[in-house]
Amino acid sequence: MADNVFLILQDNEDARPIIEAIEKDNQDASIDYQPGMVRIESPGRLVVNRDSVSEFKGQDWDVMELQLNLVSLSGNIDEDDDYFALSWSS
Amino acid sequence: MSLEISAKTIEPIRQTYDQVARHIGEGKPASRYQEATIGIQPTTNFHYRPLWDPEHEVYDESRTAIVMKNWYDFKDPRQFYYGAYTMARSKQQEVAESNYAFVEKRDQMESISHEVREKVRDFLVPLRHVEWGANMNNCAITDFGYGTAITQVTMFNAIDRLGLAQYISRIGLLVDGNETTSLESAKEAWLNDEVWQKLRHAVEDTFVLDDWFEIMVAQNVVMDGLIYPLMFERFIDELNHEDGATFAMLTEFMNDWYAETVRWTNALIKVTAKESPKNATLLAQWTNKWADRLTEALMPIGKAAFAGDGDVAVNEVKQQLLERLSKQGLDV
Repeated sequence: MADNVFLILQDNEDARPIIEAIEKDNQDASIDYQPGMVRIESPGRLVVNRDSVSEFKGQDWDVMELQLNLVSLSGNIDEDDDYFALSWSS
Repeated sequence: MSLEISAKTIEPIRQTYDQVARHIGEGKPASRYQEATIGIQPTTNFHYRPLWDPEHEVYDESRTAIVMKNWYDFKDPRQFYYGAYTMARSKQQEVAESNYAFVEKRDQMESISHEVREKVRDFLVPLRHVEWGANMNNCAITDFGYGTAITQVTMFNAIDRLGLAQYISRIGLLVDGNETTSLESAKEAWLNDEVWQKLRHAVEDTFVLDDWFEIMVAQNVVMDGLIYPLMFERFIDELNHEDGATFAMLTEFMNDWYAETVRWTNALIKVTAKESPKNATLLAQWTNKWADRLTEALMPIGKAAFAGDGDVAVNEVKQQLLERLSKQGLDV
């Protein structure tokens, strides 16, 4: 799967709503719980939506807060006020 | 000697408590909010029925006409459990305290005209008694209500109301340079002034409602849904036109608090109305009953507080409330 993008987050309470939001918004994403971190892979594209995370978190969430729990990622980043997307653009 | 460091995954035997897993599905990690909420309500093995109400168990679903298959379907969109709630309020309190300190330090009150101060004394300070009533009502809901998903929120709400009443009292003290005259005159107005009597009557009638869900609708949905937009938004805006933003600063907490609480009441109404048509009908009945009663009660206050267009303001606020509730699935 050469065209997979991935996002690795710390496995903690802050990251939980982000992971739930990714699960909801990315049908093809696979979520792998590893010691201390969570690896999320998706073919081609992965998006974290501000609205979804805010809903799961129960509070307003700023896309920049993603950085606080971010371990690693691969893919070209498209970041906006409302979403954070990873993809391999051709 | 070579040393190899490798990470080993240790699978937890269970992700969360059984009662939470039964609700959210096996094998999923649960949030703190879910763990602090789901399955907390005592349901069995009660010893005696209360002497003051032998018809019901100590905790009884049938104390309200609203029927829910699962009382944990009520979710607080803010996900407040004790920890999250206290942290959120402590942040807000820091902001509010610094606003009050600023007004005191810079002698902001000195520059406020006599007329505006009088208006604040007459129409803002008596609201501390309304907040106290709201505290009583939310305690009653917590007492008679069923299911932690609603009773924990109403308990937090009850405590909030004391805080709100205290902030209003502090506005009264600031206006008078720490004399209690405006607090006393506000109490006098609340008890005897014709303008406030209909509202006081309505507030006192909510104290003796039997159905805790009706108290919920009357207090947290309708009464707050009318008073907050009317007094803390529109009335304060009107003061701003006359005398700068001092009172907007001092009531910022009220507006933030209301905006946040509306998210909870909206979600609550939506879930309850969706559960069954019978619930929806009941909610609509209660809403109409209290919206009419309280609009009438607020009319004299609106007319006296707003220059000229008080009745328009009260009716607009009512219209907004009903529109918001019909979006949640109520036929009002």
